Amino acid sequence: MEVQKTALYNYHKNLGAKFVPFAGYEMPIQYKDGIVKEHISTRTHAGFFDVSHMGQFFLEGDETLIESLEKIIPADLKNLKIHHSKYSFLLNNEGGIIDDLIITRIEKGFCIILNAACKENDIKQISQFLKKDHKHLLNNDLSLIALQGPKSVEILENLIPGVANLKFMTGSNFEYEGEKLYVTRSGYTGEDGFEISISNKRVEKLIDYLISNEVKPIGLGARDTLRLEAGLCLYGHDLNERINPVEANLRWAIPKKRKEVGGFNGWEKIKNLLAKGSEKIRVGIKPDGKVIARENTKIFSLDNNEIGFVTSGTFGPSVNAPVAMGYIKSEFSEIGTSILLEVRGKKYGGKISELPFYKKVMLNKGKQI
Amino acid sequence: MSEKKFSKKHEWVSLDGDVATVGITKHATEMLGDIVFVEVPDAGKAVEKEGQAAVVESTKAASDVYSPISGEITEGNKAIADDPGSVNSDPEGASWFFKLKIKDKGEYDSLMSKDEYDKFCKENPS
Repeated sequence: MEVQKTALYNYHKNLGAKFVPFAGYEMPIQYKDGIVKEHISTRTHAGFFDVSHMGQFFLEGDETLIESLEKIIPADLKNLKIHHSKYSFLLNNEGGIIDDLIITRIEKGFCIILNAACKENDIKQISQFLKKDHKHLLNNDLSLIALQGPKSVEILENLIPGVANLKFMTGSNFEYEGEKLYVTRSGYTGEDGFEISISNKRVEKLIDYLISNEVKPIGLGARDTLRLEAGLCLYGHDLNERINPVEANLRWAIPKKRKEVGGFNGWEKIKNLLAKGSEKIRVGIKPDGKVIARENTKIFSLDNNEIGFVTSGTFGPSVNAPVAMGYIKSEFSEIGTSILLEVRGKKYGGKISELPFYKKVMLNKGKQI
Repeated sequence: MSEKKFSKKHEWVSLDGDVATVGITKHATEMLGDIVFVEVPDAGKAVEKEGQAAVVESTKAASDVYSPISGEITEGNKAIADDPGSVNSDPEGASWFFKLKIKDKGEYDSLMSKDEYDKFCKENPS
């Protein structure tokens, strides 16, 4: 398959991006400043991320569309209000996670944001449940820009008045340059921010504005350190088809009603696990020293039995320490449990840690600014 | 102290009597990006020419640091293990990786000069 490029490819090039192949796309891994500076400027000011490789999948249909989608997505779509978004997944018959996603109710149906590497298969999987009169479209004419960081709201409000009124995990239509665009208040960094769905034709103009407001371009490298500090999963690493939401410690994402009534792929298995608990579970891990426990690092108990493995691990610039996530036998999952991490043949101490590793700075008595 | 010599694996060596000091080049740090972890060898460890001697990790990945010269480690630079970021700021000065007592000066002589190394980097862009 030919390598794909987003509409901003040349723009990234001019900004000094280093590219890597990612999910069939040439994507910036970092720019001139490097991963740590990009990470910090997102946490202290604002950064933008070109996430146009992700699928923007639109579905239209009558009430039966909800029934169809609820067979593969364990969210409460029936009661999802217009312009509200939920984090959820596509599940297979075993309750394994085919992909994780954000689904938003829009005027005529739903918009689902899908991971780039999964989007084609996702659409096949979803289509199995759709009826003839359900329309669907993977819209490749749209770019998706994430604007993240404490200054995001101020900067975007000056360009697109009204976005400041959006609550977290809601969206709305706005106008920009005489064109409709859709903005949600959401993100993947642990910061306040927005995701902006904008036509490929207008996206450069939006980025010009952001750069003129000292918003830095952020590559996949810092996207990974930011999301890991925020305790968020990366599909293909922390999640895959052999892992179910109970093991992934994402049971919160399945609402009570759906846990009880079911009617979605893998429900029997998930119901059983909810009652009994799973053998392994996703946890946060903090190595004691500076050693980085990367993906596939084996985890041992203090008496040297293998008890798990790391699925994501890096250095967290804001935590100023290495951070990791992985799966561990449930009896070792309590916060504070001491473990050993095998790195380059040597065992290093570490502890099971709370997630997220990083929480955004709250000022004004807990009010987000 | 002798002039610096360079290896194809992007280490530098300087020689003071029979004790060599080894570090990674500025070019190497630019390829690696932000360095966040360093492991240096303990004194007494024997290393072979082109054998693995230390570890350097950036936010992106872990890499081995090889000794361009064989000998016995006399000192690992603990300062860079405590402050890995210092390798980015002064890779060819204070942020050396280890010192070792060498056996064969011929191994040092056979390494590249600064000019040869610069040419090598140009011809082999990463």
